[in-house]
Amino acid sequence: MDRIFSEKEQELIRLLQETIPVTPEPFAEIAAQAGMEPAEVVAKVQEWKQDGTIRRFGAMVRHQRLGYTANAMSAWDVPDARAEEVGAILAAADEVSHCYQRPRADKWDYNLFAMIHGASEEDCRRMAAELSQQVGIAAYELLFSSREFKKISMKYFIE
Amino acid sequence: MHMDGTDKKLITLIQADFPIEERPYAAVGEKLGIPEQEVIDRINAIMESGEIRRLGASFDSRKVGYTSTLCAVHVPPEKLDAAIAAINRFHNVTHNYERNHHYNVWFTLIAPSRARIEEIIGEIEADAGIGPVINLPASRLFKIQVDLPVIDG
Repeated sequence: MDRIFSEKEQELIRLLQETIPVTPEPFAEIAAQAGMEPAEVVAKVQEWKQDGTIRRFGAMVRHQRLGYTANAMSAWDVPDARAEEVGAILAAADEVSHCYQRPRADKWDYNLFAMIHGASEEDCRRMAAELSQQVGIAAYELLFSSREFKKISMKYFIE
Repeated sequence: MHMDGTDKKLITLIQADFPIEERPYAAVGEKLGIPEQEVIDRINAIMESGEIRRLGASFDSRKVGYTSTLCAVHVPPEKLDAAIAAINRFHNVTHNYERNHHYNVWFTLIAPSRARIEEIIGEIEADAGIGPVINLPASRLFKIQVDLPVIDG
């Protein structure tokens, strides 16, 4: 997907990926910084939301602090022929926030990843066991994070 | 910080459905039945408490022409500090966690090209004297959901 963003658009992206002003007219302030009209900025943000360039616009909260205290990266060894079917089932679970198929690697036999969120580690284990039953795949592992070394939002067009 | 029912409704609303219009906080206030200024004050207080870590746009890395991957590496305890420093110095690394596995360090990388990702991985391996880093770019995406409902308690 080769898409060219103008200098102005890149500047707008740089501004929108920070925290927008919490003042009555945040988009007017952003527009002034980007050398655009407020209505132009509003229209551009709407367009980018519409076409998926902006995945989400709004408040990003700290999950741990709002009741989800545990998350587990579940990794599944699924026969390639079943990957699509099993991926769809895992993705359909409310407690699963992210689900991907990825390549296997040296000492890593798993090809499906599902991030499971729960109130506790026990809760995550229980949900994974239920999912395992549901998809008929016994070969899975739960990787809990013991420490967070970094968590930021990606900043684009800053290199 | 103690959050009341209005704060919780407010968070849910601005998480999922932030109005894209010239006076968004007035629009939010209308939905909640509170004045624009109260919306602004409440959001500022919630942000100060750290419950909201950012208010803005999340861009789809692919749609802005970037590519992403998940990486893992086995790091022995004595090299952990150096490895974390070598990994985290890149703004391209957005998440980095210690996990309970032979591959005990897991991080995500986002860069303008696959070639740049390979280059960064090479620098991390050389810098910290670790590796090999396994590079697991998603071949298929079943779900990305960043919104989870606010749970009481």
